[in-house]
Amino acid sequence: MIRFDQVTKRYPSGREALSGISFAVERGEMVFLTGHSGAGKSSILKLIALLERPTRGQVLVGGRNTNSIRPRGIPQFRRELGVVFQDHKLLHDRPVADNVALPLIIAGVPRREIDRRVRAALDQVGLLGKERSRPLELSTGEQQRVGIARAVIAKPPLLIADEPTGNLDPQLALEIMQLFRRFNDVGVTVVVATHDVHLIEIVGGRRITLGDGRVASADPPPAAAAAPAPAPETLT
Amino acid sequence: MSIEAYFARHAQTFIGSLGRIARHPAEALLTMAVIGIGIALPLCLHLALQNAHELSGGWASAYDLSVYLDKGASLTRAQAIGRELQARGDVASIRVISAAQALAEFRDYSGFGPALDALGDNPLPNSLVVTPAVAASTHEGTVSLRNAIAAIADVETVQVDTDWVRRLNGILDVVRRIALLTGALLGVGVMLIVGNTIRLDILNRRAEIEVMKLVGASNGFARRPFLYSGTWYGLGGAILALGLVGVGQAILAHPVEQLAALYGSKFTLRGLDLATSASVLGVGALLGWLGSWFAASQHIRAINPS
Repeated sequence: MIRFDQVTKRYPSGREALSGISFAVERGEMVFLTGHSGAGKSSILKLIALLERPTRGQVLVGGRNTNSIRPRGIPQFRRELGVVFQDHKLLHDRPVADNVALPLIIAGVPRREIDRRVRAALDQVGLLGKERSRPLELSTGEQQRVGIARAVIAKPPLLIADEPTGNLDPQLALEIMQLFRRFNDVGVTVVVATHDVHLIEIVGGRRITLGDGRVASADPPPAAAAAPAPAPETLT
Repeated sequence: MSIEAYFARHAQTFIGSLGRIARHPAEALLTMAVIGIGIALPLCLHLALQNAHELSGGWASAYDLSVYLDKGASLTRAQAIGRELQARGDVASIRVISAAQALAEFRDYSGFGPALDALGDNPLPNSLVVTPAVAASTHEGTVSLRNAIAAIADVETVQVDTDWVRRLNGILDVVRRIALLTGALLGVGVMLIVGNTIRLDILNRRAEIEVMKLVGASNGFARRPFLYSGTWYGLGGAILALGLVGVGQAILAHPVEQLAALYGSKFTLRGLDLATSASVLGVGALLGWLGSWFAASQHIRAINPS
């Protein structure tokens, strides 16, 4: 589903966030990217969502080399991807229902179907009945769940989340992680960047630990778990 | 995407942009007022020109020819020449003025009565006033008519003075060009005003545009509500402009009529007709759309989520 081949990302400031990193995420996997802040977690997610372009190397998403996607093709590419942000990125002057519906409105889905799917998505994240609320009337945890509902409403095969539990207390954080787990159970590939190692142990999933823009350590991929496999760095 | 969904989406954005304007009425009204004045100025010039043209069109007598006969030509001869001219296609009407009649008129108007009495003999010849047909009421037409009349026996002189009409038309032509230039400049001005308002609008809603792009909105999708806002601004400005011109006309109508009456004219100020009003609305909306298109295309492309 995702493959990084010798990817280097250097920002205009000169900081090198990723240094020739290689790893792969298979379809249907649930993968956690961990590491201290500045290790490159966010950079990896930005490269997947085409918010940034690699300085060197190739990023493949869903079999497509993202280097070959022109700016004109980015909107369509992002519609096949669910993204959850630490700061939610909700529209505060619109009700919850409109926020969740946004990807469907952009995709041109008929109004009647949108209403039905918005209710279904809010039901999945436990916010049914909050359609008319404004995001700021909700708690942080609820806002994050609105963000998740928006990320999954278009039924993307891939869901990525950047520190989705960063601002939440442990109980709420666990609920959010379990929510991701449930989406993964129905076949969505999930990649979550988090520094909360404790949560990963509770929820369970493959862990890729980053350090200084490289893979510091990684659990073996599921297909290779039974048999000895080469280290992810050499999976090119 | 189905056609139905496409139109539903447009309709939604269309109404939505109107709602957003309604939530900030002061700013929107200010923008529309500036646009309205920008459109009203060339529109007033256009109207003034139209009225002036109509007024000068009423001066067909400006092309009249005065035909003076030889002193010895009799009134009967004058009437015969009159009949001859009346038969021509480029002549609308003929008035024969006898020498006695001319003298009486001159006596009335000039106040030289006693001096004329002292002359004893009537110094004025018999004459005719020839009004050319409408088709011949041009400089060229009158010149050829004058040459034809001058060739008739017993005609002493043919007087025609179209120079001042030509000058007036020349002035109107210059003013027409100025109106066009002003219109073009103010049209560009209107686009810049709308563009600037839309630019500020976009900056205010930068976060919203970023979020939309994050979840897969194209530049075109993010631009659409601003195009509608711009169109509304232009349309609102055009409506204000029509209002301004209407008020101006109402204020001027009475004094202009009085002035015209002093010159014995029944001239009344002509306002905007339906077709012109409709095209003003259309042009306003178009300028608003164009201005917002330029601004939105440029500024929305520059917004990239990070």
